Amino acid sequence: MAAGKTHDFHILQPSSRPFVMAFAALLLAAGGIGWMHKFSWGPIAFFAGLASVCAMFFLWWRDVVHEANTGDHTPVVQLHHRYGMILFIASEVMFFVAWFWAYFSAALYPKAAAGVAGVWPPKGVEVLDPFVFPLLNTMILLLSGTTVTWAHHALIHGDRKSLKQGLWLTIILGAIFSCIQAFEYHHAEFGFAGNIYGATFYMATGFHGFHVFIGTIFLLVCLMRVYKGDFTPRQHFGFEAAAWYWHFVDVVWLFLFISIYVWGSKFGAAVVHNAFG
Amino acid sequence: MATASALAGHGHDHAGDDHADHKLSFIQRWLFSTNHKDIGTLYLIFAVVAGTIGGAISGIMRLELAAPGIQYLTWFTQGNLDASYHLWNVFITAHGLIMVFFTVMPAMIGGFGNWFVPIMIGAPDMAFPRMNNVSFWLLVPSFLLLCGSMFVEGPAGFNGAGTGWTLYPPLSTSGHPGPAVDMAILSLHLAGASSILGAINFITTILNMRAPGMTLHKMPLFVWSVLVTAFLLLLSLPVLAGAITMLLTDRNFGTTFFTAESGGDPILYQHLFWFFGHPEVYIMILPGFGMISQIISTFSKKPVFGYLGMAYAMVAIGFIGFLVWAHHMFTSGLDVNTKMYFTAATMIIAVPTGIKIFSWIATMWGGSLSFKTPMLWALGFIFMFTVGGVSGVLLANAGVDTYMHNSYYVVAHFHYVLSLGAVFSIFAGFYYWFGKMTGKPYNEVLGQLHFWVFFLGVNVLFFPMHFLGQDGMPRRIPDYPVQFAYYNKIASYGYVIMALGMVFFFLNLIVSFASKKRVAGNYWGEGATTLEWTLSSPPPFHQFETLPVIK
Repeated sequence: MAAGKTHDFHILQPSSRPFVMAFAALLLAAGGIGWMHKFSWGPIAFFAGLASVCAMFFLWWRDVVHEANTGDHTPVVQLHHRYGMILFIASEVMFFVAWFWAYFSAALYPKAAAGVAGVWPPKGVEVLDPFVFPLLNTMILLLSGTTVTWAHHALIHGDRKSLKQGLWLTIILGAIFSCIQAFEYHHAEFGFAGNIYGATFYMATGFHGFHVFIGTIFLLVCLMRVYKGDFTPRQHFGFEAAAWYWHFVDVVWLFLFISIYVWGSKFGAAVVHNAFG
Repeated sequence: MATASALAGHGHDHAGDDHADHKLSFIQRWLFSTNHKDIGTLYLIFAVVAGTIGGAISGIMRLELAAPGIQYLTWFTQGNLDASYHLWNVFITAHGLIMVFFTVMPAMIGGFGNWFVPIMIGAPDMAFPRMNNVSFWLLVPSFLLLCGSMFVEGPAGFNGAGTGWTLYPPLSTSGHPGPAVDMAILSLHLAGASSILGAINFITTILNMRAPGMTLHKMPLFVWSVLVTAFLLLLSLPVLAGAITMLLTDRNFGTTFFTAESGGDPILYQHLFWFFGHPEVYIMILPGFGMISQIISTFSKKPVFGYLGMAYAMVAIGFIGFLVWAHHMFTSGLDVNTKMYFTAATMIIAVPTGIKIFSWIATMWGGSLSFKTPMLWALGFIFMFTVGGVSGVLLANAGVDTYMHNSYYVVAHFHYVLSLGAVFSIFAGFYYWFGKMTGKPYNEVLGQLHFWVFFLGVNVLFFPMHFLGQDGMPRRIPDYPVQFAYYNKIASYGYVIMALGMVFFFLNLIVSFASKKRVAGNYWGEGATTLEWTLSSPPPFHQFETLPVIK
């Protein structure tokens, strides 16, 4: 802390985290390239890089939690965190724009190429039935949106027991969602490679699944912090950020469900065909 | 423009107050920094190093193009002509990516943005000082990956990524099976992460850390420019990240996003790339607009003419910048209606840009002008950015562009707006703030020599390219028919003149850093009204420990 400051902003001491993080990311990237090009050191470097990146995330955010608990997060600093999280989610939205763009460019204008034959879903691709597992997953995610809100209200009202219950339920629902996705991926008739349906499907839903995974870990960290006694009814931005992220993941799923699973299914194609010829 | 600020209880009393920094070791201060000024300095050093490498590459290119035939590239390839042609493609790719991602962006946003945005809004530092440092350090691995890609296999048997900075498939997919393009892709991923984090940091800082009384409509225009730039970065870079991720999976995991035979579409990549790429060119020029506004105002001793119009012109440019991307794709087979829309939308941008040019001129009108080095660069900027803007209006017409596309006319156009626009504003900012950043005066004679020689050089270098383009010389070729020899020779002489100008720049650096002289807090006098001029030169390690109050 700088001596003699009279403002509420957070002036930080030097930290090795960013520097190490940057080179951990280099190791991760180099390892990934090595692995993709079948160098023997590739996977080793990749996992060493991944482990270092994860370790730096852990240590960095542990520092942040420590600073939160020692009073560095004044109201204005908390406001920074809110802005930061909203902007981060905005950038994530634009990331998904790229996947949706790829999907709609393929689905709205199906190519004449073999394996698509001018229709969507492409001829010969046995797409998933939207009203079995995808609908169930929609329900699960919507339900998890209510449980995380329950947990939030419990936190605000100082009801730690309900907070734990709500968080546990949210995490379990998130884990069930991921398991169902894994099951469906495993049983899907189409792969990631070789056809445009699989490419757009797995890229968009897979990227979403990855976000569910991250969101679940985020909530899990919050749960552990709840057991440690962190968060007060007045100050609990770590929890709120996790909840925002979870809602974002939820909303993205709704768009995926409507546009890829329903509209992009044989059912959707039939409805569109009957309505518009 | 607000900022002739009455500061409550704050003045020059911090001179020499560097109590916090000499407790830090070298590693703590420069590797583990959480100080916006130190990180800004790191960015500037990085940009100079990267710019020197990128400029040296263009030197080899101009040397090769000085006469028809292949003269020099074969030196690098033991006489192998095919390898020389590929090396050419590697050079243009590296030159483009280095200048865009590792020179202009780090200098403007990372360097001057970090240094002066917090100070100009009366804040003690950035909102996320630690994240600020990861934004910088991610650029180093990113740059290492890009430079490394030149030395590993790209196409079978040749080294390096020869795809152009746009990385269009199928050249970047089936055309380059080796790891070089993967290294370039992951380099861009890291640079993108760096910029997104930086953008979040700037937006949060500007929206949240303005000193009491510093309303949005009193913010200096440089801060406005960085705010708009940060939004462009935040919303456009993830789309590039998505596009190059699909490129990566097409290359390595058998997906078919950009493979027409399997129902994909190579044009999709172009859409995604340019949805990023067009905002990107405004990312490279908007902070320049901001700096030029400060400098024109300072050296005219007048507030900027039409302050609000200037601010919202930048907002408008940023917004429309997202709606014009396909004017880079007029020859990709878009239908006529699409081309009509993108032509019209593109020309709309001339309106807010015109507002800016005319307001700069109106700022000088009736002002008490002094032609110090920063002002010369600013005037050079206005002149040449206008030239580049006007050739841009021509290129915006889909019909004209069908002829001009991929010709040297395009090369001339974007070097007038970037290499002569953006780079001139960087030099303007550099001379304007050099004393503020270092506490030492730059050398006025060498500065003006740098300007005049560089100005002459770049015009001799780039103006003939308009003629080459109109005569039909395509870009991205190392060899050409003899009828293009005349203007190419002139352009290469221009490079030599420009390089001589840069000698004066580096001489100036040496002379100025060796100087024992010190400058005052406000060495530009009454025209310099923003908050950095209320501090000592250099400012204290932590400025504004008591926040200034803006009336």
